[in-house]
Amino acid sequence: MKNGEIAGHVASRRDETAGRRHDVLVIGGGNAALCAAISARRAGASVLVLEAAPQFYRGGNTRHTRNMRCAHDSATETLSGPYTEDEFWEDLKRVTQGRTDEELARHMIAQSKEMLTWIVDQGVRFQPSLGGTLSLGRTNSFFLGGGRAMLNALYATAEQLGVEIRYDAEVVGLEIENGMFLSATVKEQTGTSQVRAGALVAASGGFEANIDWLKQGWGEIAGNFLIRGTPYNRGTILRILIDNDIQQIGDVTQCHAVAIDARAPKFDGGIITRLDCVIYGIVVNKNCERFYDEGEDIWPKRYAIWGRLVAAQPDQIAYIIFDARSLELFMPSLFPPIKGDSIAELAGQLGLDPEKLTKTVATFNNAVQPGTFDPDNYDDCATAGLTPPKTHWARKIEQGPFYAYPVRPGITFTYLGVKVNKEARMIMSDGKPAANMFAAGEIMAGNVLGQGYAAGIGMTIGSVFGRAAGQGAAKHARN
Amino acid sequence: MHATSALAEADRLMTVCNSCRYCEGICAVFPAMEMRRAFSDGDLNYLANLCHGCSACYYDCQFSPPHEFNVNVPATMAKVRTESYEAYAWPGFLAPTFRRNGLVISIAACVSVFAFIVGFVALRDPSVLFGTHTGPGAFYKLMPHNTMAVLFGAAFLYAMIAIAMGIRNFWRDIGEPANTLTKATPLWQAIKDASSLRYLDGGGVGCMNDEDKPTDTRRIYHHLTFYGFLLCFAATTTATGYHYLLGLEAPYPWYDLPVLLGTLGGLGLVIGPIGLLRAKFQRDRELVEARSYGMDVGFLVMLLLTSITGLLLLVLRATPAMGMLLALHIGIVFALFITMPYGKFVHGFYRFLALVRYAKERSDAH
Ligand SMILES: Cc1cc2nc3c(=O)[nH]c(=O)nc-3n(C[C@H](O)[C@H](O)[C@H](O)COP(=O)(O)OP(=O)(O)OC[C@H]3O[C@@H](n4cnc5c(N)ncnc54)[C@H](O)[C@@H]3O)c2cc1C
Ligand code: HEM
Ligand code: SF4
Ligand code: SF4
Repeated sequence: MKNGEIAGHVASRRDETAGRRHDVLVIGGGNAALCAAISARRAGASVLVLEAAPQFYRGGNTRHTRNMRCAHDSATETLSGPYTEDEFWEDLKRVTQGRTDEELARHMIAQSKEMLTWIVDQGVRFQPSLGGTLSLGRTNSFFLGGGRAMLNALYATAEQLGVEIRYDAEVVGLEIENGMFLSATVKEQTGTSQVRAGALVAASGGFEANIDWLKQGWGEIAGNFLIRGTPYNRGTILRILIDNDIQQIGDVTQCHAVAIDARAPKFDGGIITRLDCVIYGIVVNKNCERFYDEGEDIWPKRYAIWGRLVAAQPDQIAYIIFDARSLELFMPSLFPPIKGDSIAELAGQLGLDPEKLTKTVATFNNAVQPGTFDPDNYDDCATAGLTPPKTHWARKIEQGPFYAYPVRPGITFTYLGVKVNKEARMIMSDGKPAANMFAAGEIMAGNVLGQGYAAGIGMTIGSVFGRAAGQGAAKHARN
Repeated sequence: MHATSALAEADRLMTVCNSCRYCEGICAVFPAMEMRRAFSDGDLNYLANLCHGCSACYYDCQFSPPHEFNVNVPATMAKVRTESYEAYAWPGFLAPTFRRNGLVISIAACVSVFAFIVGFVALRDPSVLFGTHTGPGAFYKLMPHNTMAVLFGAAFLYAMIAIAMGIRNFWRDIGEPANTLTKATPLWQAIKDASSLRYLDGGGVGCMNDEDKPTDTRRIYHHLTFYGFLLCFAATTTATGYHYLLGLEAPYPWYDLPVLLGTLGGLGLVIGPIGLLRAKFQRDRELVEARSYGMDVGFLVMLLLTSITGLLLLVLRATPAMGMLLALHIGIVFALFITMPYGKFVHGFYRFLALVRYAKERSDAH
């Protein structure tokens, strides 16, 4: 449409037709997008949300989440003790090994305190952490019913406030002029159309579902990766933004990757394919060789290195081997373990060389030193004279039946993103803030997470920067 | 492995859910599941009867259909639950009555009503059926009180015995020792949980019925139904007491206790079932269990007919319509009683007992 018509449409904002101009356009439909849409609407702006996925799959990786990490000064109904800003910062510094923007990260942590009540005000409910997976009851707030329940609440609130939401609406192009967003091209079943808005919030997640992009960093081996979450996060918007002079942050290979059951579907297998048994057994590659200290640290602290470790093995596959004594020490998972009465039989089932695997297990067993096994704490069960060593929870694998899980790298989410400031405003390659473009969530997570991960921080990044982006965008569009 | 395909599917789902546990804060089913790693048929029947069908876990699940993991806990649990009613039925040869339950109940109701009409006519003469009777003992012009009492006493006793036998089968199947039922703490907890329908609230905001937005309507309508039923039951019991202990004969004046209780209960038993029927018709098709549909609707309609005929009888008891209405009302009530062990009515018992076991498991775990 021509420019003259745009002015006309501004005047008739209530008009629901396709050519309508909104104050704020939000691209994406997850936590970050909804927090932005709600806060922009609450600030008085008219808001359009474009979500690429159909209604059932709305909300990308947020559907698969369980908790968020917010600082708080005292225990609450759902949190078992205080978690100060400083402690949160120390944790973040440790997991990223300093690869974070301190000012931005501290700002986010300070804001996270308010998020605990803000998110509840938007209808989201928390539960006390019960059985749970990891011991996060003090630091993390768990969504009652999980991420999809959380999203349902946010969508209900957004709809009630009058946010317009379109599903099956993938944004495939952005018109940006001198750091100024003008319009977006949307592909829907009915065809392709233009959408104009006064300000843009890009909250379209990472690019983990775009295997070709992953290959640019990882090489061909990325073809063997499993994607734990949504197939809709293809990084289309991220690519367009970077190509339009927005400053890039992070590199292609930085991501959260864990070792998940190799039998999981290529996409969207979610949480239930994770395996928490590495520390109770040994992990071998397809040549029946061990390659890393399985007992290096307690599982919650180390699980996220195993994606990379397995990615470095031939054919990107590995096998966790353990015996009957360990079978019930960890959380159950979707697929049953593969079982054999002897190590050789197990090897046969796995398609491994029975002789080699028997030898690897025997070598390991011979190196195991006496100790007192404690499944939940650091213990003194270790190997001696073995490379690589196993430094905790080393027990002989000797009591049949024997079990194995095949594992592959499972990509949770990617860190490469666009640079933003505290307002969640995008930064242009010349260092200047963009006029009317904001980003929130996974698409800018790399600003805070240069590497590493602390459980629940994905939601924190999305909520804090989502709310800020919505407010900033509304303010810009209404001025 | 499992006795039926529904049980096998329930096992598959519990394995999925046990690996996920996102729903653990919503209701009792998931914490009970977490206490187990493998699921026998007895375990699954217990979990199915613990499920209140609130459907929150369906709308909250990232793996519900069309996702390939196809996780639909409420529908699967409903299927298992329906099959479990059949498996526990006593005597066993009447178990198939659960299959075409709607039909069975309609036939029972018709036969029973018809028998009362014929009975009135045969016992007295046709004119009493259409005459106007007022004052104490008016109802017994149609049928002597003692006959009525014996007939209903016997029907009620039979229903209670059959239900008790079903309960015994359930308790054995889930593998719970009998002495759990003698422990005050879990019993009291279960009474609180059942009388408030604690787990029909979607974890606090209300259950879900046809979309992801919660409402509390099913719980409210169930309360009206349940307490309405209890009030009607109390009305009948009071009236029996009046008759035998105080020598006061029905019909009673409108301000007397049996009538007040009955009217109040009857109103609940009209509004409640209508609300539940409406929710049932609006229900998301993905959540409807085809096998129990006839049974559910049959039970609701029977409750509705009981209350409507009862209230009509109250209003029209001084008119010539009384005779027919009385036959209709007590015919329906009689059919309700004798079909109780073979229909939806048993859900209350099994659910309550599942709650008792859950309360005990919870306190053992702490
Ligand atoms: C299995 C699993 C478990 C997790 N658990 C947790 C947890 O417990 N706590 C936690 O903090 N983090 C967790 N995470 C990480 C968390 O999911 C992400 O950090 C978070 O979802 C990011 O939020 P977001 O809104 O930025 O992106 P998303 O939630 O992924 O949303 C992105 C949205 O953008 C849409 N989109 C993409 N491209 C386009 C386009 N071109 N046009 C229109 N729309 C588009 C997508 O459809 C999607 O709706 C988990 C991740 C996975 C995979
Ligand atoms: C221990 C006591 C009881 C408990 C825990 C209980 C629980 C439940 C639950 C959880 C449901 C499912 C709700 C739904 O699908 O909408 C239900 C349905 C129902 N209950 Fe009860 N109930 C109890 C006793 C009773 C009694 C005594 C009556 C009436 C006589 C009754 C009548 C009904 C009816 C009519 C339905 C709806 C059937 C349907 O729509 O499928 N309940 N009950
Ligand atoms: S119903 Fe779905 S979300 Fe809930 S516990 Fe089961 S798998 Fe998880
Ligand atoms: S009671 Fe509700 S949340 Fe619990 S299993 Fe049944 S349907 Fe799911």
